[in-house]
Amino acid sequence: MLAVKEIKFSAEALKKVDEIVARYPEGRQKSALLPLLHLAQAEFGWCSTEVMDYVASLLNINPIEVYEVASFYTMYHLKPSGKYVLEVCRTGPCCLVGAEKILSILERKLGVKEGEVTPDGLFSFKGVECLAACGYGPVLQIGPEYTFYENLTEESVDELLTQLKNKN
Amino acid sequence: MAQKILLKNINVPGINTFEVYRQYGGYAAVEKALKTMSADDVVEEVKKSGLRGRGGAGFPTGMKWSFLAKPEGVPRYLVCNADESEPGTFKDRYLMTHTPHTLIEGMIVSSFALGANTSYIYVRGEMMPQIRILEKAIAEAKNAGFLGKNILGTGYDLEIYVQPGGGAYICGEETALLESLEGKRGNPRIKPPFPAIAGLYGCPTVVNNVESIAAVSWIVNNGGDEYAKIGIGRSTGTKLISASGNINKPGVYEIELGLSVEEFIYSDEYCGGIANGKRLKAVVAGGSSVPILPANLILKLSNGQPRLMSYESLAEGGFATGTMLGSGGFIVMDEDACIVRNTWNFSRFYHHESCGQCSPCREGTGWMEKVLHRIEYGHGKMSDIDLLVDVSKKIEGNTICPLGDAAAWPVASAIRHFRDEFEWHVNNPQAAMDGNYGLANYADPIPVVEEAN
Ligand SMILES: Cc1cc2nc3c(=O)[nH]c(=O)nc-3n(C[C@H](O)[C@H](O)[C@H](O)COP(=O)(O)O)c2cc1C
Ligand code: SF4
Ligand code: FES
Repeated sequence: MLAVKEIKFSAEALKKVDEIVARYPEGRQKSALLPLLHLAQAEFGWCSTEVMDYVASLLNINPIEVYEVASFYTMYHLKPSGKYVLEVCRTGPCCLVGAEKILSILERKLGVKEGEVTPDGLFSFKGVECLAACGYGPVLQIGPEYTFYENLTEESVDELLTQLKNKN
Repeated sequence: MAQKILLKNINVPGINTFEVYRQYGGYAAVEKALKTMSADDVVEEVKKSGLRGRGGAGFPTGMKWSFLAKPEGVPRYLVCNADESEPGTFKDRYLMTHTPHTLIEGMIVSSFALGANTSYIYVRGEMMPQIRILEKAIAEAKNAGFLGKNILGTGYDLEIYVQPGGGAYICGEETALLESLEGKRGNPRIKPPFPAIAGLYGCPTVVNNVESIAAVSWIVNNGGDEYAKIGIGRSTGTKLISASGNINKPGVYEIELGLSVEEFIYSDEYCGGIANGKRLKAVVAGGSSVPILPANLILKLSNGQPRLMSYESLAEGGFATGTMLGSGGFIVMDEDACIVRNTWNFSRFYHHESCGQCSPCREGTGWMEKVLHRIEYGHGKMSDIDLLVDVSKKIEGNTICPLGDAAAWPVASAIRHFRDEFEWHVNNPQAAMDGNYGLANYADPIPVVEEAN
């Protein structure tokens, strides 16, 4: 068994926390919740209950206030996902230029269904709603940096997957 | 060549840096406003300009600003809406990516006009790269003395912060945005009170779109009257149009309002015509929420005159034959596009994005999605078509925020103009699975209605 990693931000991340909380007026530190959840997800991979409780303690708010927010927004992962989550836009304008084809190509190439993780733990994919890049469709993004890949084709998807695999 | 205001220097190398932006005349509006004008003078120029909100509703910006309450000792806020999630719209991302200082300069001048000392730019969370670009631009401006305490020695203090969203279309609605900025779920508030009276932290707040705020610098530099000379009628100035779909040159274009729709679609300066030599079938002119129009109605008014890219001309004919400029998300569909499939796709989007507070929206969007799915996948009944119209009517006007209407209109308008295609799906379930009704009669000339006068 792997030891459970202690849920605590690095000194650097804690500095960032202070910096973020200082953006809001006295007593309005709850405003930092969304930015801190992004920070926590980048640091710990996903928003487990422990992670959310930790964020609540940093902001001095009730854990339930964090749960209800984390579950409302689509960007917070409430369960572990692949190292690379390929999020393909599946909204109208992108579908006019072939987004659905890209989703089925990913399903075929990765051998998993939407939302599942490949056995090596590297990839999962999902369809997401309009990413404000409709003129460059089909598009996908990969967190936590949210790098964009535009005008996707079967070849460029192939290339991207190989490139990501080789990084590991 | 049409006049460019926001994207004039977009191709200048390095325009994303403070140094180059400044060399090209950037931040002159901050100097002019803070040193030679009063806050009310700036509001007055914006009023004169006729600038209308570019986020979708088209409400006059100057008027909105003049509604801002100013109780003694209470802070006021400017919040920039950079949540950009309306399907078909990608202009704000483009502007922030390539010329971030255009937004920051506008933020400073607008904050000054409103008497705000802290302002927020709420950017959708997926735009992490743009968030970093804006934070860098803010740091550069601060370094040069255009932000922070005692800006340019004028005594005016301002901090601008960038706030990421968490992924939720509804946070583009201004009161949901404010909830989200307070660290809560993005549930729209019941209005009144309007944000101008009780917005962020209960304080008077103005929420404006990226493009509206970015236009203010030019208005300060050149005067509201000059701005009002551009465009047509009450559609003054320029507008960023996000063009997507089956066209040769998708992208973001700055147009002078009043350009003809035909020129926008077919000229090489803009969309460059329909891709792959196909023919135009339909257009959603202002982002997914506005009514879809077939080729014949988007190109011409019912009196036979060309339809123009302006608030008034696009709306001409009401919902019977018109649509809306909305956010300027211009989605073009060619003869191979399936209207039923696209309508189903949009209704899935609205169902997914409904915040769930009001039952007509929460249940109605789910219902429409389900019925459209069954028509698209060959299990539809003829009565489903009227059922959809009925559901859309029950949502429209019965919800807390306009997302309900935004979900109802695309369905109602698709059936209004493309009922033949829906019926064809019901009658030809097998063929409808992977084919579509084609261009049919949707590009045929329509009989000209003589005007009464
Ligand atoms: C469901 C919904 C989504 C919206 N999304 C956006 C958006 O992404 N960006 C935006 O500027 N306005 C959006 N709006 C409009 C805002 O509520 C508000 O009218 C606008 O930000 C005001 O700015 P403006 O007057 O400069 O246009 C949306 C409205 C609704 C109802
Ligand atoms: S109309 Fe829909 S999105 Fe708007 S408040 Fe009601 S349920 Fe939420
Ligand atoms: S529809 Fe795919 S980015 Fe907008």
